[in-house]
Amino acid sequence: MAVEEGLKIELGKQGVFVTTIEELYNWGRRSSIWPMQFGLACCAIEMIATTMARYDLARFGGEVFRPSPRQADLMIISGTVTKKMAPQVVRLYNQMAEPRYVIAMGACAISGGPFKQGYNVLKGIDRYIPVDVHIPGCPPRPEALIQAFMTLQKKIDGQHLTGPDRPRHLDAEAQGEFPVPEQGAHDLEPTSNAGVWPVPIVIR
Amino acid sequence: MASNPYFSLAVLFVAALGFGLAPLGLAWVWARVFSPAKPNEVKNAIYECGLESRGDAWMQFRSAYYLYAIMFLIFDVEAVFLLPFAVAFTGLSLAACMAMLVFVLMLVEGLVWAWAKGILTWA
Repeated sequence: MAVEEGLKIELGKQGVFVTTIEELYNWGRRSSIWPMQFGLACCAIEMIATTMARYDLARFGGEVFRPSPRQADLMIISGTVTKKMAPQVVRLYNQMAEPRYVIAMGACAISGGPFKQGYNVLKGIDRYIPVDVHIPGCPPRPEALIQAFMTLQKKIDGQHLTGPDRPRHLDAEAQGEFPVPEQGAHDLEPTSNAGVWPVPIVIR
Repeated sequence: MASNPYFSLAVLFVAALGFGLAPLGLAWVWARVFSPAKPNEVKNAIYECGLESRGDAWMQFRSAYYLYAIMFLIFDVEAVFLLPFAVAFTGLSLAACMAMLVFVLMLVEGLVWAWAKGILTWA
């Protein structure tokens, strides 16, 4: 069982460091998040800037961008998701290995942003895949992406290995498949994944 | 049993085996308990570019394509050697220039041969 926080600090002062498997596990996961190397729109330029020397995402252990979903932990939805692109994004998310995380970067990825009324733009990627962190902005500054990254790390740090609130990847019962939408006559079919995004009721 | 001269060897053998197998077993248990596999059809797809693959990868290509590959090689090799030649051109001796010229002529000869054979016209 976990060591009491006070005792841990007291022991640390004496030069004795104790930890738990859970802490070690979460520390390992959060310190080497490998994002997937793919950009969708203008936000991708900010994402690229974040990884470069000026902002240096490597300080947080997230500089290893992988071009294959099999090797990536984190999907940064960096930009406008058109309805043409949405099935590919969902398929790539499905192909990532567990545990996997999603950052919705920018107004378009969150809700469709300035193109929300457009016929061809998805009104938020969270209709199909579970998003861990949303960052608003058009585009968000690199600092905002780093903030999202740190928020995700905090989220990972707070996860438990066991218990009813454990994350999906630790639950053998939880399904790892998210249905890939298809192009219909007028819209994507289905228009959203009910398991991830409950359709809001519009009250007029 | 303990008096057997090979007893210590057997003990060492078991210990060595355990040393090798224990980490593997721990890894297996860890994977079973803490990262249950969630395979599905989309995840197990062969390609990972986001698009569904269509058709079979085991298709036949026309054998005539190898000629184009060879033709490409002529220009490719020529470019690789011409670049350093061009850079060092002003400082080269006559003999070096002649050697390079012979090399280029050899490649041109291949091109001329291919041209004469009618390879450059698409059949």
